[in-house]
Amino acid sequence: MDIATQAIEGGFADPVFDAQAVFRAVMDAMARPGTLQPLPVFARPPAPLSATAGAIALALCDNDTPLWLDLVLQTPATVRSWLGFHTGAPLANTPADAHFALIATPAEMMALDGFSQGTQDYPDRSTTLILQVGDLVSGAPLLLEGPGIETTATIAPAQMPRHFVEQWKQNNQRFPRGVDIVLATPDGVACLPRTTRIKTMEA
Amino acid sequence: MTAQPTDIATYNFAYLDEQTKRMIRRAILKGIAIPGYQVPFASREMPMPYGWGTGGVQVTASIIGPDDVLKVIDQGADDTTNAVSIRAFFKKVANVAVTTETAKATIIQTRHRIPEHPLTAGQVLVYQVPIPEPLRFLEPRETETRKMHALEEYGLMHVKLYEDIARHGRIATTYAYPVKIEGRYVMDPSPTPKFDNPKMHRSPALQLFGAGREKRIYALPPFTDVVSLDFEDHPFEVQTFDQPCALCAAENVYLDEVILDDHGGHMFVCSDTDHCEKRREQGHRGHLAPETPPALEKTEPTQ
Repeated sequence: MDIATQAIEGGFADPVFDAQAVFRAVMDAMARPGTLQPLPVFARPPAPLSATAGAIALALCDNDTPLWLDLVLQTPATVRSWLGFHTGAPLANTPADAHFALIATPAEMMALDGFSQGTQDYPDRSTTLILQVGDLVSGAPLLLEGPGIETTATIAPAQMPRHFVEQWKQNNQRFPRGVDIVLATPDGVACLPRTTRIKTMEA
Repeated sequence: MTAQPTDIATYNFAYLDEQTKRMIRRAILKGIAIPGYQVPFASREMPMPYGWGTGGVQVTASIIGPDDVLKVIDQGADDTTNAVSIRAFFKKVANVAVTTETAKATIIQTRHRIPEHPLTAGQVLVYQVPIPEPLRFLEPRETETRKMHALEEYGLMHVKLYEDIARHGRIATTYAYPVKIEGRYVMDPSPTPKFDNPKMHRSPALQLFGAGREKRIYALPPFTDVVSLDFEDHPFEVQTFDQPCALCAAENVYLDEVILDDHGGHMFVCSDTDHCEKRREQGHRGHLAPETPPALEKTEPTQ
């Protein structure tokens, strides 16, 4: 398949209802941090962009939302042209300009504080990070608490950023500023909004 | 090719265009991530005037899907003008199922009440909000109130509540009673009676607030701490009623006063019509209930 065809194919089959279904899954995941909201395959983006991360981008991004891609996603022209064709989102010059960041290899990503944190007056003007992870069970377990969680929740996402627990603690301390994380797994979506605290496991 | 009124839902689902929905959806996600913070959004003109719930309608239109079941209440009632017309609007533009039963709804759009029936996980409560800024009547300048939220400077609100006590001997605010979310943002719970404030605290349902004219969206995720502001020696208290509902004898619910004649006759009845009907079906009867209850016309409201 040539680049032009790859850029055009693989969007939502039913844009209105697919976007609504993807958004509701992300909304429920954001409202209940640490839960996996299942998502069927709605989009078929070119590799290495995953189906789930691609579908989230289609549901939420458009020409109002500068998008930042990590190195692995920046490199192939197919990913850039697919996102460009389907969402019309411009690419952000720096991570701090991005409304959304798509990250295919979270383990190698830059520090969370390199992205837009919003301002004290407008904490909503921050980057939402969409991290592609393999699953939510094979990584280091994270014990979560905070709004949206009745008592505690546990997830163990694979391939998380380096020093994630320490970085996330700093992200919490910046509240109300800070980034929010959407974890895109092959089966669905889970979220870590900036209010979620990771309790350090004690032996 | 013109879309017939019957297929308007397939022509343009839920009234709003897709770009508008994306913009509102992004604002909702930010609102959930920063509970109690008012996210600015590019509110659209809706086919109804400001004050009729354009904010709530835009939020509902952005989250609703074909499988949702919608309930709309206006001061607790399913059968008042605002509720009936918004329900009819969504039947027409989204072709969704509607209900008056709290337990069956997935989305409940409300104007100034929270249903008496406890909400459950998976339900979304959408509030129509007239003035989202709790500090607005104390400080009219948006630049200043924004700074006050940024610096967590809420002393003025406590002064206002204190002045209530100095003047009336108690906190006289009875609706739109300010709340503090997760120990950070002071939020306007919309003009619900303060009776409903405790229901917001750690509710299992997701609560979304939309203010159309003021162009703000804010949110409370489930299980979020919602604390009504008060003082140690003047703790927050909800309204109490010294008589039960005149129709269904319910106690510990919010009651409306209904004037019966021009000689001072009146009665107090449940403000939540669905709750009242359910109780009467179960055989509960208040002191003014008719001898043989008329067959309650069953739900499906006509357009």
